[in-house]
Amino acid sequence: MDAIATYALRLGDDSLILGQRLGEWCGHAPALEVDLSLANVALDQIGQATHFLNLAGALEGEGRDGDKLAFHRDVMDFTNCLLVEQPNGDFAQTIARLFLFAHYQELLFTALTASKDARLAAIAAKAVKETAYHATLVSDWVVRLGDGTEESRARMIAGLDWMWRFVDELFVMDEVDAAAIEAGVGVDKSALRGAWDQRIDAVLADATLERPAARRPVLGGRSGRHSEHLGHLLSEMQFLQRAYPGATW
Amino acid sequence: MYTTDLSGKGKGKAEAAVAEDPALVAAFEARVANDEFIEPKDWMPEAYRKTLVRQMSQHAHSEIVGMLPEGNWITRAPNLRRKAILLAKVQDEAGHGLYLYSAAETLGTSRDEMTEALLSGKAKYSTIFNYPTLTWADIGAIGWLVDGAAIMNQVPLQRTSYGPYARAMVRICKEESFHQRQGYEIMMHLAAGTEAQKRMAQDALNRWWWPSLMMFGPPDDKSPNTEQSMRWRIKRDTNDELRQKFVDITVPQAEAIGLTVPDAALKWNEERGAYDFGDVDWEEFYAVVKGEGPVAKERMQARVKAWEDGAWVRDAARVHAEKRAAAKLAAE
Amino acid sequence: MSDASKEWPLWEVFVRGKGGLSHRHVGSVHAADAKMAIEHARDTYTRRMEGVSLWVLPSAQITSSDPGDAAALFEPAEDKVYRHPTFYKIPDGITHI
Repeated sequence: MDAIATYALRLGDDSLILGQRLGEWCGHAPALEVDLSLANVALDQIGQATHFLNLAGALEGEGRDGDKLAFHRDVMDFTNCLLVEQPNGDFAQTIARLFLFAHYQELLFTALTASKDARLAAIAAKAVKETAYHATLVSDWVVRLGDGTEESRARMIAGLDWMWRFVDELFVMDEVDAAAIEAGVGVDKSALRGAWDQRIDAVLADATLERPAARRPVLGGRSGRHSEHLGHLLSEMQFLQRAYPGATW
Repeated sequence: MYTTDLSGKGKGKAEAAVAEDPALVAAFEARVANDEFIEPKDWMPEAYRKTLVRQMSQHAHSEIVGMLPEGNWITRAPNLRRKAILLAKVQDEAGHGLYLYSAAETLGTSRDEMTEALLSGKAKYSTIFNYPTLTWADIGAIGWLVDGAAIMNQVPLQRTSYGPYARAMVRICKEESFHQRQGYEIMMHLAAGTEAQKRMAQDALNRWWWPSLMMFGPPDDKSPNTEQSMRWRIKRDTNDELRQKFVDITVPQAEAIGLTVPDAALKWNEERGAYDFGDVDWEEFYAVVKGEGPVAKERMQARVKAWEDGAWVRDAARVHAEKRAAAKLAAE
Repeated sequence: MSDASKEWPLWEVFVRGKGGLSHRHVGSVHAADAKMAIEHARDTYTRRMEGVSLWVLPSAQITSSDPGDAAALFEPAEDKVYRHPTFYKIPDGITHI
C-alpha cells in the first residue's frame, strides 16, 4: 500500500475498532436512552470505517474492499491507534476513551475537509458532523460523571488515567503523514494538539477534574504494534470470515 | 417485537370486584365499541388500566430482553453492512421498548417500577427470547420468523383503543418494516450459499419454527382473557387466527428459498384454503413462560447486570443535575 | 431498587419535521437534565431523518384540560358555523374572495 492508501486505512481502522468496541455495549447500557446514544455513535463509526476502508482498498488497487480489509488482516496489519482498541471497562472508561478520541477526530476531519483528495474530503465532510455531535455528547457525560457523585468522580478519574498514556499517539507524525501532507491530501496532526488541549481542558474544568499528569506515551498502533486486546477483538469480529473461507454473507 | 398476554387464568377477577359507577363503565364501553381512542386522563375501568399496563410492559420487556439474543452477534456479524444493519435493528428494539414504557407510564406506572418487576421475575416477556442464538443464521431466522410473527401481532394494535399505545405501535410498525426483510435476506443468502451455510440456515429454521408459533400465545380455548381484551380493542385478532395467518404466509417463503419447515403434519388444505399444521408443544411453552427456557437465566442475568452496573451512572447524572440546578438558583 | 425520586424525570419530546412546520409531539424520554433530554430526544426520535428541530419539556410542567370539561370547553364551538368560510354563499364568477 502506498502512503495515501495507508492514510485512508488508518482512518478506517480507527473508526472500525472504535465502532466495534461501542457495539459491545448494545443491550447493556446504564439506561435505555444511553443504549440508543451509544449505538448511534457506533453506527456512525462503522459507516465511516466502511467509507475509509473501501477507499483504502480502491487506492491500493489490488481488489481488496472494506470487508476484505476489515475481516482478513491480522493484528500486525491493523493501523488503528491504541486508544480505540482499549477495552470498554466501565461506563466511565468508555466515556473517557470516546472523549479523548472524538475531539481529536472532529479536529482531524475538520482539517481533512480541505484535502486535495476529493474522496477523502467528502468522507470527512460527512463524518465531521457526526463527530461534532459525539464530542458534545461525550463531553456532557464527562462533566456529569466528574461532577456527579464521589463514585462517578473516582471512576471518571480512573477511566481517564487508563486512557491517558495513549493520547500522544493521536498526534504523532510519521512518513505516511508526511507523504500525505506533501501531496496536499493529509492533515498536520501535530498542529491539532493545541486546539485539542484547549477543548479537553475546558471540559475537564467544567467537570471539576484535573488533567491527568503527563506520562510516558505508549505508541505503536500505526505500525501494527498493538495491545493484547486487539487480537481478541479481531478473533471475535473476524470469526465467521475465518471459519467459512470463501463464503459470502 | 412482541409479547402475547402471558397472564395466568383468573386474573382480573379481583379487579372487577372494585365497585365502579355503572354509568361510567357503560359510557366507556360504548366509546371503545365505537372505536374511539381512550386517552390517559379519560376515565377507564381499573381492570382496563391494569390489563393495559401489564400488556404494554410485557411488550416493552420483550423488546428489551429481545435485544440480547441478537445483540449476541453484533460483534461477530460477517461483514460491515451486516454489522451496521444488525446494530441498527437491535437499537430499534431499544427504541421500541422505550416507546412502550412511555406509553405505559401515561397510566401512572413508572419505568423503574416496570423494570423492577422484570428483574425480580414478576413480569413476563415473550418466551421466544429464552432460546439461544447459536449461529449467524439465527439472526436471519429471528428477523424473518420472530419479527414476522411480531409484525402480524402488532399491525392490528395500531388501532388499539388506548391512544398512547396505538401511537407507539404506529411508530414501531413503521420502524420494523425493515426488520423482517433483512432477516429473510440473510436466510435467502445462506440458503443459496455453501453447503455449510445451507445447513446453518435449515438448522436455524428447525430450531426457531416452533418457538415462533408459540409467540401467538396459547390456543384460543386456553386464552382466558381474549374475549375481554378483544372487546376492549386491546387485542384485535385471536391467537389461533394469527397463528394460522403466519403459517400460511411463511411456508411459501421457506419453500421459495429451498428450506423445509420442520413439521411432518404440514399440508395444504384445499377446502380451508389454508395449511393444516402439527400441534405446538404447549407443555414446552408453559415451561418457558414459567422461566424454564434454555437461556432464561442468562437473559435475566444480563439485564440485572446492566441495571446494577448502571446504577452509579444514573445516580451521578441525577446528582449532577441537582448540583447544577442549585448552583444556578444560588447565582440568581 | 425502585425509588421514584431516583428515576430521571420524564420529558415530552416535540419534533419539527421540516422547516415551516410546527413542532409536533412524538413521545417522551427520561433524562437527568435539559441538555441530556435534547440528546436523548435526538438519539431516540430523529434517527430516520424525522426532524430539523427539537423541543423538550418536563412532563410534570404540562397543564392539560380536564376530559370531564370537554363538553363545556369544546361543544359550544359547534354551532358557530359563521366562523367558517363555507358558511357564506358568493355568486359564481366573483373571484379573489
